[in-house]
Amino acid sequence: MDRRKVEEGIFRVLMVLATGLILSSLVMILLTVLVKGLPYLSLEMVTQTPRGGYYLGKGGGILNAIIGSLYLAGGATLLAILFSLPVALYLNVYSRPDARFVSVCRLAFDVLNGVPSIVFGAFGFTLMIYFGLRASLLGGIIAIALLILPMLIRAMDEVIRLVPRELMDASYALGATRWETALRVVTRQALPGILTAVLIAFGRGIGDAAAVIFTAGFTDAVPTSLLRPAATLPLAIFFQLGVPVPEVQGRAYASALILTLLILIISVAARRLSRRLTRHVVK
Amino acid sequence: MENRAHIRVEGLNVHFGSEHVLKDISLSIPDRKITAIIGPSGCGKTTLLRSFNRLIDSSEGVRVSGRVMVDDENILDARAEVTHIRRKMGLLLQRPYPLPMSIYDNVAYGPRIHGIRDRRRLDEIVERFLSKASLWDEVRQRLSQPASVLSLGQQQRLCLARGLAVEPEIILGDEPTSALDPQSSQRIEQTFTELKSDYTIVIVTHILRQARRLADHVIFLYLGELIEQGPAWDFFNNPKQPMTREYIKGLIS
Repeated sequence: MDRRKVEEGIFRVLMVLATGLILSSLVMILLTVLVKGLPYLSLEMVTQTPRGGYYLGKGGGILNAIIGSLYLAGGATLLAILFSLPVALYLNVYSRPDARFVSVCRLAFDVLNGVPSIVFGAFGFTLMIYFGLRASLLGGIIAIALLILPMLIRAMDEVIRLVPRELMDASYALGATRWETALRVVTRQALPGILTAVLIAFGRGIGDAAAVIFTAGFTDAVPTSLLRPAATLPLAIFFQLGVPVPEVQGRAYASALILTLLILIISVAARRLSRRLTRHVVK
Repeated sequence: MENRAHIRVEGLNVHFGSEHVLKDISLSIPDRKITAIIGPSGCGKTTLLRSFNRLIDSSEGVRVSGRVMVDDENILDARAEVTHIRRKMGLLLQRPYPLPMSIYDNVAYGPRIHGIRDRRRLDEIVERFLSKASLWDEVRQRLSQPASVLSLGQQQRLCLARGLAVEPEIILGDEPTSALDPQSSQRIEQTFTELKSDYTIVIVTHILRQARRLADHVIFLYLGELIEQGPAWDFFNNPKQPMTREYIKGLIS
């Protein structure tokens, strides 16, 4: 009978299935982490550094990795913003839209975006050897910044591309230079999208283990200098999961829970902030 | 009565890629009058307007030749300073594009980039030009609100105030009322008539009636060519070109 209605029905079912699959895997991941980690989560875990024998089930916490991860991802995100915003503005405001160079750049960033993070780690490590730097917070920050740079550029590029041409013309018509227009008009108009891009980049940076394994090292102490090694949460999870002691494995899940909560808190806080910063955006 | 020309165009040609959009245009735009550029869509009206403040530079694959003289300076000259030229002209687009900032900051944006920092002077500028654009009474209580809370008609008047605040001599309008309701359009038109004693106003319009109501001087373009230009009364009542006669009667569009 009605072939088009049947088609509609089939695709509706497929879409519901796909959505359900993704939502349920998200829920299952969160549940696993919660169920396995919550019993081991304690104030001690988030306020103390590992004491002797921590990895064999004795007392202490992973404050070293929490602080280390925050420093590392925060530093890397700041560094990456410093480089990606000018690049994204260049691609959209300064260069001619039909320039070949622009499309070559976009392609290059997309390719870089697909490079596995261990490669960025290895590259960062090579750089560090060249400069005589040891595994350190600084090394980790550089490796993570390199890792998130391509995605940050492309995400910013996409939102800045949506800024209406006429809005830029309006600014130019008042005698503004490209620099003034880029900074005061384009960046402001694209701010919500830029903030989202930064958040995603931060999330990717704080969750990555492969890029920091050679570059940031690991330590039980809270990092006090850019040139000292720094612990990170993903590596802390990895080390704890590898220990055949149920207590320690439970703490690995608790650490994963802490990492998840950390990202959640930062996302919510940033959204709050962005709502206040972006009330002027013209729709 | 012969009036001093404020903008003089001599042999202007504009190509977009292989398309010849403006063909050897020569015309003059009188000082402190309202000049309407009319013609059917796609005839090059907007391109002509955008070549006056060199916004045309940013279009893809564009080639421009000829001279556009503003106050005896050829603005198409490669040595001409673009920001200085643009400052002389306020621009109104088809749809209002307020900047992503407060009402106050929208008007203060231009003066600020040109170096005015003093808060009291800025306050005074904002009030003066919002009044000139007949918007002050409607927004005086909410200057710090985002410009996007205003209605479209108010936004267009805000854009006018923003343009006036850099103290231009010329106002360019690219179908400035086409997105507005009749009442808002009327207010903009009324503001234009009030402003013409101080400014040279050039508007692009495809509404003949608007050109009749407002214009002192009319330029008629068709397919990239200048067909006729002259004082509005002569243009509408005694057109010289057969094509103008047909256009006025609504035979070609």
